[in-house]
This record gives sequence, C-alpha cells and structure tokens, in this order.
Amino acid sequence: MRGSKLLSAFAGLAALAAAGSAHALAWYFQSPGSQLARDIDHLHQYVMWLIIVIFVGVFGFMFYACYAHRKSKGHPAAQFHENTTVELLWTIIPAIILVGIAWPVTKVVIAQKDTSSPDLTIKVTGYQWKWGYDYIKGEGEGISFVSMLSTPREQIENKAPKGENYLLEVDNELVVPVGKKIRMITTAADVVHSWWMPAFGAKQDAIPGFLRDLWFRPEITGTFRSQCVELCGKEHGFMPIVVRVVSSEDYTKWVGERQKATLAQAEDPNKKWESPDLVARGEKVYAANCVACHQANGRGTPPAFPPLVGSKLVTGAKEGHIDIVLNGKPNTAMQAFGKQLSDTEIAAVVSYERNSWGNKSGIVQPAEVKARRK
Amino acid sequence: MSSIPHTHDHAHDHGHDHADHGHGHHGPYGGLMRWVTTTNHKDIGTLYLWFSFIMFLTGGFMALAIRLELFSPGLQFVDPDLFNQFITMHGLIMVFGAIMPAFVGFANWQIPMMIGAPDMAFARLNNWSFWLLPFAATLLVLSFFMPGGAPGVGWTLYAPLTVQMGIGMDLTIFAVHILGMSSILGSINIITTILNMRAPGMTMMRLPLFVWTWLITAYLLVAAMPVLAGAVTMTLTDRHFGTTFFNAAGGGDPVLYQHIFWFFGHPEVYIIALPAFGVISQVIPAFSRKPLFGYASMVYAVAAIAILSFIVWAHHMYTVGMPVTGQLFFMYATTLIAVPTGVKVFNWVATMWKGSLSFETPMLFALGFLFLFTLGGFTGLVLSLVPVDIQLHDTYYVVAHFHYVMVAGALFSAFAGIYFWLPKWTGKMYDETLGQIHFWLTLFFFNMIFFVQHFLGMAGMPRRIPDYPLMFETWNKISSIGAFGFGLSQLLFLYVVLKCIRSGAPAPQLPWEGADSLEWTHLPTPAPYHTFETPPVLK
Repeated sequence: MRGSKLLSAFAGLAALAAAGSAHALAWYFQSPGSQLARDIDHLHQYVMWLIIVIFVGVFGFMFYACYAHRKSKGHPAAQFHENTTVELLWTIIPAIILVGIAWPVTKVVIAQKDTSSPDLTIKVTGYQWKWGYDYIKGEGEGISFVSMLSTPREQIENKAPKGENYLLEVDNELVVPVGKKIRMITTAADVVHSWWMPAFGAKQDAIPGFLRDLWFRPEITGTFRSQCVELCGKEHGFMPIVVRVVSSEDYTKWVGERQKATLAQAEDPNKKWESPDLVARGEKVYAANCVACHQANGRGTPPAFPPLVGSKLVTGAKEGHIDIVLNGKPNTAMQAFGKQLSDTEIAAVVSYERNSWGNKSGIVQPAEVKARRK
Repeated sequence: MSSIPHTHDHAHDHGHDHADHGHGHHGPYGGLMRWVTTTNHKDIGTLYLWFSFIMFLTGGFMALAIRLELFSPGLQFVDPDLFNQFITMHGLIMVFGAIMPAFVGFANWQIPMMIGAPDMAFARLNNWSFWLLPFAATLLVLSFFMPGGAPGVGWTLYAPLTVQMGIGMDLTIFAVHILGMSSILGSINIITTILNMRAPGMTMMRLPLFVWTWLITAYLLVAAMPVLAGAVTMTLTDRHFGTTFFNAAGGGDPVLYQHIFWFFGHPEVYIIALPAFGVISQVIPAFSRKPLFGYASMVYAVAAIAILSFIVWAHHMYTVGMPVTGQLFFMYATTLIAVPTGVKVFNWVATMWKGSLSFETPMLFALGFLFLFTLGGFTGLVLSLVPVDIQLHDTYYVVAHFHYVMVAGALFSAFAGIYFWLPKWTGKMYDETLGQIHFWLTLFFFNMIFFVQHFLGMAGMPRRIPDYPLMFETWNKISSIGAFGFGLSQLLFLYVVLKCIRSGAPAPQLPWEGADSLEWTHLPTPAPYHTFETPPVLK
C-alpha cells in the first residue's frame, strides 16, 4: 500500500531525528529541589495513575465492543438504550473520585500560597527582555542587579556552535542560600512576564503595576535553569532565569563580594570622559541592551523598532536623546532605562549612538545625564 | 444534485447539474451572484464549509512555518517578530475562521433537515452572517501587510502587550468585532429556527442530539461573544483614546483583561466542543445500528457542561496570583466538568456495546475522536489541579492538551460529519479506501505532532518561543516532521472530497443502514434544493 510505505518512511525519519540529537531525552519534570516541587510531582503521579486505570477501563470496553460486537462477525444489534441506575452510577462514582483527588491537592494549594515569614525577600522585575533582582529584606539587603541572556548572538544565528546551556545562561545569576525560605515579589516594568523555577515548583506572573509573590525553600545546592513563560514580545524566548543555590557560608561570602564590587563600581557621575573611551564603553552597553531591537547596524526593524541611523532624535539635540533613553516611550517596547543603567552607562550609550553608523553629533557626558534625571 | 459542484466545476458540468435539479429552484441569479445572494440554507452551509476549509489551509500554512522554525534550535527561517505574528494568526484563524464556521456550516445544512423545517428562520440574515466572514478574514490576513505586521501577542491578545503593536492590531480588533457579529446573528437564527420551526410531533426531547448541542451552543455564543467584543474594544480605546482599563499607571489592571477574555474564552472551548459532541452522537449510533444510549442524560450533560463553562474561566489564570480561595473555587468547579463529560463518554461507549458495529470512515473518525478527545479531557483534569498547573502553565503541555481537544476533538468530528453527510449532500459516495487512508494518516501524524509535546511541556519548554534549549531538540524534530505529514494528509482529504463531487459513485438512498434522523428517513438522496416545503408527519 502506498499509505503504509509513506508511514514507514516517516517513522524512519523520526527515528533518524531522534538519533541525530546528542542530548539525552528530557521528558519529565526536572528533579525536585524543594518539598513543594516534590509534592507537585507526587500529585501528578497519583492523578496520572488514576487516569491510566480509568482510561484502560473505559477503552477496554470500547475496544472489546469493536472486536466482539462487529457486524462482520454477524453480531446482532441489541436495542436497549436506557438504564437510569447505570446513569446514576456513572455520575456519582466519578464525583467521588474527584473528591479523592481534590483533598490532597487542596493541602498543597494552601501550602503553595503561604508566603509568610520568609528568611530572604527578593523583588524580581520583568523587563523586555531581562530580569531585575533587588534583595529587599534579609541577608544581602540592598543588592540589586539586572540579569540577562549571556548566550552570544552568533550561537543564536547559527554562526557558532551552541554551548551546553544554550539560551539558559545569564550574566548575573540569582544567588540564594540553601535551606532558607525565599520569598520572591514579582512585578514588571512594561508587559506581563512570568517567573518560573520548575525545580522548586514556583511560578508567578510578573504584572506591570502590581506586586504578587511566590516562595520556595531550596533543599540542595546547585544551578537551576528556566525561562520566562509569558509571551512578552519579540525576545520572549531569550530571557532565561538562572538561580544558583549555595551554602550559607558561600552565600555570606557572595554577599560581601557583591557589596564590595558595587562600591568599587560606583562611578563618579561628574567625571569627564574622553570621546573614544566613552564610545567604546557605549558599544558594550548597546550590545547588552539595545541590539535586539535596534540591531547591530543601527537600522532597527521599522516601523516597530525604528532605525537610529540618521534619526532626527539621535542627530538632533542631546536633551531629547537622553530623555528617551532615561524615560522610554510609552506604549512601545522602548523602555525607561533610567533605573537600570547608571549615568555613565547612559552617557556612554548615547554617545555611541551619536557617533556610529555615520552619525556624527558629538558626545554626552555623565553629568549631562544626571542633570536630565527628574 | 447538491450545490457543491458549482464552486468548482462551474465551467464543465453546469448543464448536467441543472438537469439533475428538476424544477428551476435557483432563484433569480446563476453563477457567482447565486452564491452572493443566496438565502438557501444548503447553499449557505456549503459556503461556510468551503470558507472554513480555505481558512484551515491558511492557518495550517502558518502552523507549518512555526514547526519549520522549531525543527532545529537557533533562528533559521522565521525571525522572532514574524514567529509571534504567526502564532497569533494561526490561533485566531483556526478558532474563528476554520473550526467555528465549519460547525455553522453543518448547522445550516442539517438543522432544517433534521427538524423538518423548509429553511432557517431568517434566510436573509443567514446570508449576511456568512458574508461577514470573508471581510473579517481579509482584515486578519491584511494585518500582515501593515507597517509593523500582524500583532505578535498570541490569540489571547493579552494587554498590555497589545498596546505596543502597530496598526495590524486595530485590523485584528475590527476583525474580531465582525466575527463576533457574524456568530451572534447566526446563533439567533439557529435558536429561532429550532424553537419555532420544528415539524409537528418533533418535540424537544425527540430532537436529534446534534440539534440539541447546537441549540445550547447558540445560547453560549450569544452570551459569550459580546464579552469578547467588550474586551477588544477596551483594548482599542486603551490604544488610541487615552483610556487605561488595562494600565496600572492610570488606575487600570492588566489582569482585568485576562478575566474578561477568559469569561468569553472558556465558554468558547465548549462552543467548539459541543457541536462536535453532537456530530459524534449522530455517527456512533448509526454505525452501531443501535439507538443512542441515555438520550435524556446526554441532553442534561450538554446543558450541565454549558452552565459550568461560565464559572471556570480563571483556571486559565492560576499563575496571575489569585487569592487561595479563588484558586480553590475555580479548581473545584473545573474538576466538576469531568462529571458530565464522563457521562457523555460512558454513554457513547454504552451505545456501541452489543451493537452491530461497522467501521467506515465516519465511524473511524468518531472513534478517533472518542479516544483522543478523552485523552485531552484527562490532561485537562491534570491541568485543573492548581499546583500541577503551576508547573505546567504556559508550557507545551498546554499546547498538547488543547490541540487534543481542538484537533482530535473538533476537527476529527468535523471530518466524521463530512464523510457521514457527504452522500446526502452530493448524492455521491466518497472513495472509502482513500477516506480510510486519510483517517489513518491523520491519526498517526496528529499523535506524532502533539503526543510528544506533553513531554516537552513537562520537561519545561515554554509555549510561544521561536528558539529553544538543546535538550528539547529531539521531540521538536519529531513534532515538526509530524506536522508536515499532517498537512500533506489534508490535501488527500481535499482530493477525496473533490473526487466524490466530480466522479463519485451514486449514493444509495440510505448509505448508512443505522442512520435514523429525518434527513435520511424522510428525504431523497441527494437532498433536493428545497426540502420539507410541507412539514413531514411524525408518528
């Protein structure tokens, strides 16, 4: 038969595809790293077994009928078509089974929503397309950083071989201590994002203008990876979440280093920069924050993402250019970078844009940015 | 002769077709104008069905573009912006352009014949309900060619991402308005027809189950579509007129959009599923040569599902951060839907039990429906449990789940219905061997695409991403190959239908010996252009 040949050809292709991929098959939940994730796993297995038993039972009847009650075997058609007892039974029994499911599930729901008395509270803010973390209560209070994809663009565009953690690696990992109750407060700056850490059974949408929360208590140290799970625009697939769980001592050490580094990095906004240094610095800031929309060649992908080459804003007065980077443009993907980037970084990226791709409109000093902040 | 040949064979066989029609009942126009001006329920049913098939291919093309991009990690064919546009339009076109019009097509053809009425109650309104659709579809497709392209926000059109989109978003909003208008007008027509135009003796509890499911579906549509229209209108005014319904900076709330959308969106699921249940409830008894088991409880189950469908909407929103009481309420209400749905499945199996079964193509698709839809129902039960859903929400598990319901549910039952009624509509038989090959190919490739997506979801692959980590590669490759196989198999379906219309063997008066509704027992095959001009006498 033509049909069956086609079938086997496709089955062969599928097997080939499976063999061609080097990675082990991931087909089930990540192994649980917290009690909550373990509870979810158990609930899932419990329900799946119930489902399998019911499924086999019901379709056992169906396939038996298909086999035994066939016209081709000469089976005569019975004419019964009503039985109130049976109808009542198969209404009531499933209802009882549902109660048997609902009871254990309810306990987990209540546990999952209990974000009270955390050891450490961290605010996470979704931006298009990166995560901002602020340690707001507990050890490490005051630490604040932005975490974004560190997979090089060349790997995404197939110009370089893909690394092991392709699309699941970030420049700044969220670091938390093992065994502590971590409360994450989620919010967003632009559109709805969703923060998810499957190993801890924790997922919560990040909603602009609102605060929501989730909690988890990691039981093992290690690095755990995931991604944004709410469609948030063009680069939705490129904003991973990485959590590194460390021992209490390592965490204390990390907090110390982080705070020292923050002090060391603090740049004097009144420093006068030389043009080449500022532009070189700006190129890095541009590559990290702007390139996804405005593109490496500054031409953007109009009209959603306008070009910077020869743009009136970029070649015009400095103030307008600084303002849009600081405050964003409402109702577009152009976000306010004022809170994410320092005066020096904004001055650098503005200078870079004003002196690249044929633009020649002079540099901007950090002090000028500072002056424009409201 | 049915009217179907005219769409395709116009040039060749026109004279022949006319000869078969008996008396001249085409109305004042021939040719294209016949289709523009027709008020005949059979013509309009045909228009709906062909329109839906064209949309099915359009939405399918987008699905293939999506699967092509997802064949390998990295960006190859479709850039992320266009990818988001494709997933949005694939969803909107399949739901509003393909599946819903297909079942309205069945309703138009079948309801008057099944209740012994000469036509639909509002014949001109019926024409208008259909002719709104091509305009809406044009707007949707045109949005791709607007500056900024089509909206890349997903078919759910969540705020505030919608506010960032270009003018394509406005075209989409207007398209949704028009589609909603078409559905509401069509539903009013269906309700009026069923309540007022039944033949004497056709009491409510004698209605074929297909008619019952459509009556209840039509009420769902009238109740749910205006809610969607409200949601997209609020989006429109947020975009252009300075309102802030969904913007916290002005006192609004993005989650409000989700509540309004899903208050429409969940009944919408049953708007699609209930007529599918109706078709299956006609096909299974016919090929079991045995009356439908538990008719009354089937009617009550449909009504129960319809009512419950209005109080479960927030199970799509377990991760927005509802209070725990809200989560528990929506979880309990949702699991409750398993009860009437289970009753339906049990009744279908009991109908087959001790029947005299045969397995022609309509029955194969009905059994495929029964098996796979139930599987989709069970994954729905898994997703209804808040903690498990927290783990699976917005992953490929959800994509797999709703495609089992939408494709193995609605599409399979539409195929079952087409093969079942094609002889009645055209007076010709389709090629049984090719029909069965179409079934097995569709079944195989469907599972190849979507079964593996359960694994992807559990392993953590988010929905709506154009590129993915390496550990997801194998399943994605299998899924993509399956998608192309599935797409090609549907061209075979087109061929089977065209072959049936052009050169099928003449159908016997009663091609399915177990079929017992009025269109089979009281009308010739093929059904003449006008039927039941005088109502039938029912014992």
